[in-house]
Amino acid sequence: MEKFTKLDGVAASFPIPNINTDAVIPASYQRTLKDDPGKGLFAGWRYDLDGKEVPDFILNREPFRQSRIIVAGENFGCGSSREFAVWALMRFGIRCVIAPSFGDIFYENAFKNGLLPIILSPSQVDRLHDHLAKTNNPSLTVDLEKQIIELPNGESVPFTVPPSRRTALLEGLDEIGQTLRFGDEITDFQRNQKVTAPWVYARPQYSRSAKENADARASIA
Amino acid sequence: MLRKRSFVKPVKKISMEQNTSQTFFDKIWDSHVIRHIEDDVYLLHVDRHMVHECTSGAAFAALKRSDRRVHSADLTYSVVDHILSTAPGRTGETFPGGREFVSLLRKNCAEHDLELIDFDDPRQGIVHVIAPELGIALPGTTLVCGDSHTSTCGGMGCWAWGIGTSEVAHVLATQSILQRRPKRMRVNFHGKAGEGVYAKDMILHLIGQVGVAAGQGHTVEYAGSAIRGLGIEGRLTICNMSIEFGAKAGFVAPDDVTFEYLAGKPYAPQGQLWDQAVSHWRTLCSDADAAFDREVDIDCSTIRPQVTWGTSPEDVSSLDQPLPDPADIADPVRRRAIEEAFSYLGLEPGKPLAGLPVDVAFIGSCTNSRLSDLEAAARVVKGRRVAANVRGLVVPGSAEVRNAAQAMGLDKIFTDAGFEWREAGCSMCVAINDDFVDPGKRCISSSNRNFEGRQGPKSRTHLASPATVAATAVAGVITDECGLLS
Ligand code: SF4
Repeated sequence: MEKFTKLDGVAASFPIPNINTDAVIPASYQRTLKDDPGKGLFAGWRYDLDGKEVPDFILNREPFRQSRIIVAGENFGCGSSREFAVWALMRFGIRCVIAPSFGDIFYENAFKNGLLPIILSPSQVDRLHDHLAKTNNPSLTVDLEKQIIELPNGESVPFTVPPSRRTALLEGLDEIGQTLRFGDEITDFQRNQKVTAPWVYARPQYSRSAKENADARASIA
Repeated sequence: MLRKRSFVKPVKKISMEQNTSQTFFDKIWDSHVIRHIEDDVYLLHVDRHMVHECTSGAAFAALKRSDRRVHSADLTYSVVDHILSTAPGRTGETFPGGREFVSLLRKNCAEHDLELIDFDDPRQGIVHVIAPELGIALPGTTLVCGDSHTSTCGGMGCWAWGIGTSEVAHVLATQSILQRRPKRMRVNFHGKAGEGVYAKDMILHLIGQVGVAAGQGHTVEYAGSAIRGLGIEGRLTICNMSIEFGAKAGFVAPDDVTFEYLAGKPYAPQGQLWDQAVSHWRTLCSDADAAFDREVDIDCSTIRPQVTWGTSPEDVSSLDQPLPDPADIADPVRRRAIEEAFSYLGLEPGKPLAGLPVDVAFIGSCTNSRLSDLEAAARVVKGRRVAANVRGLVVPGSAEVRNAAQAMGLDKIFTDAGFEWREAGCSMCVAINDDFVDPGKRCISSSNRNFEGRQGPKSRTHLASPATVAATAVAGVITDECGLLS
């Protein structure tokens, strides 16, 4: 995971509720792991049907092409579980999304990749939208260590992030590695479950044997 | 003595109840905690991990980078469904854009010795359709998959939820998942739904009532007489759309309907193990006095067939209702959302949805592609023709559904009417393969998401039950079953 400590950059305002992950990146931009997912960010809004940029769209205008932060409406990232939504934001340059609430899966996905999702009260978020609508310096500073968002005019807005998530972001922790420290407990759990709920493990013989798998591998290689 | 007892007992009873009354969800949660990590975060065991081609490629790559192996291959099940072509006679290569993910999954399964249900396997189908159908999704288990509609399997009485790709990697490597304990909601569907009203109409109606964010941070237990009266397939449809109002998962506690459905399924336990499992599963219901964080009550007798008119599943009503007029909406954010939805969908306030011409009618997706869905649609279609202006597609949820439908002659009813009869997969629900709605075209769809661009760039989607989709296909304009017959 990429570390997150302090971020200073342009913030784009999307004062719309329920921006779903199909809007963040349409399915047609998720057919490969080889392309830059940042190109698909908000593709349905950002490009016309010929693939040309829609000039009015906020991320197609300066200085918002350099956006690092998005301020959104409630329930941002609802819908599909696609982690491409987080990858698209990050590859575009966005490292922080501020909203009154988030879709559950998006919220998890964000932390796992080093994108900071900040939950503020609806009125605080509205204030940020108002500010961004009026200012000619649409930048914000997000300090995770101090848990403060600073506006250029000196105003600041406190926020909180669950402590373990904050530590994970500050240190860029490898979550799987962390969990594997409890490997023995996982093994114990399974050993116990095989006694209390043996049917969980009653799987019929694999139809595709190890040998067939090996053949499949050979045919692909 | 008596006085003493009568004094002690109530107190004891109350404290007992406070300590022991549990919801269905609490029981599953408690039996899957491996370790308390901190605050409300726990490490939970995953009993069933469903893997499909589109969200697993990057997860396996992450495993490889850190030189890790799949922890429990015997609890991992893989299938291709999303990006696979649904053209009759397809191979894994029929849709060239899907080749990368399909071959990646084959390679990854081979490397980690995982069973793979490939395109030509008689068990192939949409991951959330085959998990119940094969008996992989068992009551009382935890089941995850890198897809938000994993909640579908909650209809089997398991706790099933969608996860992201990083979590897929975590589950592959550890067979466990980190979770914050969600809140508990119960939705009671009271009474009985009328003729021509299906599970899809019930869930769409609910979402219209509570809004798309109502379930955030909750797991939802569906209860009430109307839920008990549904077969497994209807329950799967209801649970499928839990995510559409923001819930982490939705489920129906298992009962005889569940056990009858599961008995003899290829992956379900057999013999003595089966008996042992069923007697355990019977203990899983929510205790009578268990407390929920939120309860919602729905009277099913008032529900009419539902069709969405906007770009969010909460934008829904029956066809006899007028569309809302943005001018009447006080909340400026909601007003703007409706205006934008109308402009995207080419609708005008004041005009009814009924009678609007459509270009495509899609029957499929993990919401509504099971045998009972195809039967309901076929009843409407039988002896009729798809209107000349409409492309009609029927995409069964699995090869098994497809075969069963063919054995009943449903395929013939559909093709005689002018529908395409396709192979199993996600198809036009998500338009990640070559099944999509052309820009600006209007589709009536039995799927679950009417988001902008969901069925292809600038596609216009109206969600409805398979019967309503079938009626609309025949009429050529949006109508429900009653509308077609009258
Ligand atoms: S049918 Fe649609 S909703 Fe269901 S798994 Fe496939 S893409 Fe997702």
